[in-house]
Amino acid sequence: MAATPAPKPLDLTAKDTQSVAAYVKSGQPYVWLTAAAISVAFIITVALLCLTAARGMPHFWPADLLKAEYQEPGAEPVPLLAELISEEEVSTARLISAGLKLDDSQPFHTRDLIKVGNRDLYGADFRYLLDEWILNRSYPEDAVVLERMEWGNFHGFLEALKENGSVVATGEQAWTAYAERQRRADRLHHELREIEKGEIGSINYGLERVRLDTRRLELAGKTRENAAADYQKLDARKAELDASYETLRTRLVEIKTELARDSLVLKSVDGQELEIPLAKIARGYRPNAMGLFAKLGLYFEKLWEFVSAEPREANTEGGIFPAIFGTVMMVLLMSVFVTPFGILAALYLREYAKQGTVTQIIRIAVNNLAGVPSIVYGMFGLGFFVYFVGGSLDQLFYAESLPSPTFGTPGILWASLTLAILTLPVVIVATEEGLARIPRSLREASLALGATKAETLWKVVLPMASPAMMTGLILAIARAAGEVAPLMLVGVVKLAPSLPLDGNFPFVHLERKFMHLGFHIYDVGFQSPNVEAARPLVYATSFLLVLVIVLLNVSAIRIRNRLREKYKALDG
Amino acid sequence: MDIDALSASRQPSRIEDDVHAITVENLNLFYGPKQALKNINMKIAKKKATAFIGPSGCGKSTLLRCFNRMNDLVDGCRVEGHLNLEGKNIYDKDVDISALRRNVGMVFQKPNPFPKSIYENVAYGMRLAGVTKKRELDETVEWALKGAALWEEVKDRLDDSALGLSGGQQQRLVIARAVAIKPQVLLMDEPCSALDPISTLKVEELINELKKEFTIVIVTHNMQQAARVSDYTAFMYVGDLIEFGNTDKLFTKPSMKQTEDYITGKYG
Repeated sequence: MAATPAPKPLDLTAKDTQSVAAYVKSGQPYVWLTAAAISVAFIITVALLCLTAARGMPHFWPADLLKAEYQEPGAEPVPLLAELISEEEVSTARLISAGLKLDDSQPFHTRDLIKVGNRDLYGADFRYLLDEWILNRSYPEDAVVLERMEWGNFHGFLEALKENGSVVATGEQAWTAYAERQRRADRLHHELREIEKGEIGSINYGLERVRLDTRRLELAGKTRENAAADYQKLDARKAELDASYETLRTRLVEIKTELARDSLVLKSVDGQELEIPLAKIARGYRPNAMGLFAKLGLYFEKLWEFVSAEPREANTEGGIFPAIFGTVMMVLLMSVFVTPFGILAALYLREYAKQGTVTQIIRIAVNNLAGVPSIVYGMFGLGFFVYFVGGSLDQLFYAESLPSPTFGTPGILWASLTLAILTLPVVIVATEEGLARIPRSLREASLALGATKAETLWKVVLPMASPAMMTGLILAIARAAGEVAPLMLVGVVKLAPSLPLDGNFPFVHLERKFMHLGFHIYDVGFQSPNVEAARPLVYATSFLLVLVIVLLNVSAIRIRNRLREKYKALDG
Repeated sequence: MDIDALSASRQPSRIEDDVHAITVENLNLFYGPKQALKNINMKIAKKKATAFIGPSGCGKSTLLRCFNRMNDLVDGCRVEGHLNLEGKNIYDKDVDISALRRNVGMVFQKPNPFPKSIYENVAYGMRLAGVTKKRELDETVEWALKGAALWEEVKDRLDDSALGLSGGQQQRLVIARAVAIKPQVLLMDEPCSALDPISTLKVEELINELKKEFTIVIVTHNMQQAARVSDYTAFMYVGDLIEFGNTDKLFTKPSMKQTEDYITGKYG
């Protein structure tokens, strides 16, 4: 019998714990690598939010007004009343080349960006000044900031309050009286806007409809002779509208006279006197006299104005409500279009189509659509939706308003449809994946109970795939809400006169142009004449755009999680 | 339950003496070019349990799936021959597959309840059949759950998700779901293979109860199970029906060598 080899002694102690190979094998580097990747992603996200918030949000803080004298060497001191925006270190060489009389004894100087306001008096409301030349600094309690409807902010001191051209109060009393009268002016202003936007708006809308109805009668070949009754009806409506317009107009004139009653006499820090009617003032305050809580209150008031009011002054002042509204409405409309469309397409592709080369090619083509640059979709939207579909619609249904187009021009409907096409691949792919994940056993269970394929799809497969469809929609929303380029071609404008949703029948006006946060950022950032004023607004608007997208996504994710909970699938 | 007593209570019988629910005549089935079932002829006795046994891949599940035309779902599957249910060939062109499947229920290998409530699972088939009256639904759901010996365990939580039940409960639930539409035949494709022994025992007891009302055809890997629950057993091997007859006889005195080899564990 052959000798069996002696059994090897069992040794379980680790031999190699020090070498690089052992370290790699231990898996530690991968843990670090993966952790680093997610950390970087997380930090970038947080940094993005923090940066936009930090740059944008302080814009609304009622900062103190600095009174000082700016003394350039060898020149007369110039008085200043300004808000300190930021300061930076600049190399002396650069300052000298910019024309400042400096010796190069020190390499760097501090340069401040200040907002002096009073664009009507000084031409520009921002200035760069050398910090060390700003002398005699003080923060006078009676320094006034007026946010005006035109010309930006006014910085100065209140001299007197006038009523119908005669002085009624001066100095401190004038400030006390001003607050009361500003509220009155705001009320009147509000009323004025209500009438102009609301009532006169709907009268104009009605008149336009009368005009179109008349035109339609003409186009139908009806003349005043053979369709007298129709024309009479229209004439009566027009007369009625004209009459109510007259009454409103009288009321408007009254309000405007009322509004013009009060005005403020102000003096800028360099002694120029200025009279500003209260009607032109949006808000007035004395930042140096305000406590922290008063400032906080004002801060949130201004923040609220930013999200709820309409823009003024080429979008550099006022709020961005129409842009928020337009963005949200466009995204919701897009969701309404893309969801059923994408789901139906995915259903056919996955459930009904014979799986083969052709299906595979279609699937690849659909997936690749997601990679087409968005501006191309914009071109498609313009060429197909706006000109072709919209133009045809106008010919067929809106002939009375031609040659001015109704649907044959960019509008929110076409923008939503264009984005729906743009996001369609995402929805199709996500839905298909969801359908593929439904266990075969559940389909068989349903079929074995006598359900047809359609019933099985409707009652079992679709509900279970709904979380996947929501995932598709979430991705679609994320993509659509951030898209700007195609929108510029198919419906977004710098300033839309009215929202696509209002109180005039039929309430939803899908043919209207709209404002969009993404485009607003571009417009304020690149097209604004006042760069320094626009900069914080660009950040604030970006921050808000991110918030809006987060909000839209969070609501979609919540719906998805509820669906997931409801249709938890079995394993395998 | 005492298995021996159960077996003893069974009357030895011959298929020919029974009323037949299903007759299979010259059935051939092809998956593309490959023939999976070869010239099967058999009669399934009404209100009795018939078991199909055989090694993996022998075609027993395929044959079972012919009975409610589940094989229609498989691409490239072709069936020749006749399969008569109550005298009607179910492979005729004019057969309504939904109606067929309502009459030939099926229970699958793994419990597959829908992600709906217990109640909705059982009511699913009835709703498909167009039953909308709450009372009728309630009564049938209760009847079916009682029939599947699940009523006592779930009667207080009919609106809870069916996915919260244990595996054995889920399997009895899908049996109740199949029973609720009152089929004539109940097909069971290895109904206990995913269950623990206690649950298996419960389902086997249930099968013994159910065969008083329904014709049962069961595929099983477990020969003891076939012996315990069935009246007739078919042994299949690579697409052929090798032997078919009274369960007691097949297990005690198989007439074919292959059957004997299989039940004695020589291969399988």
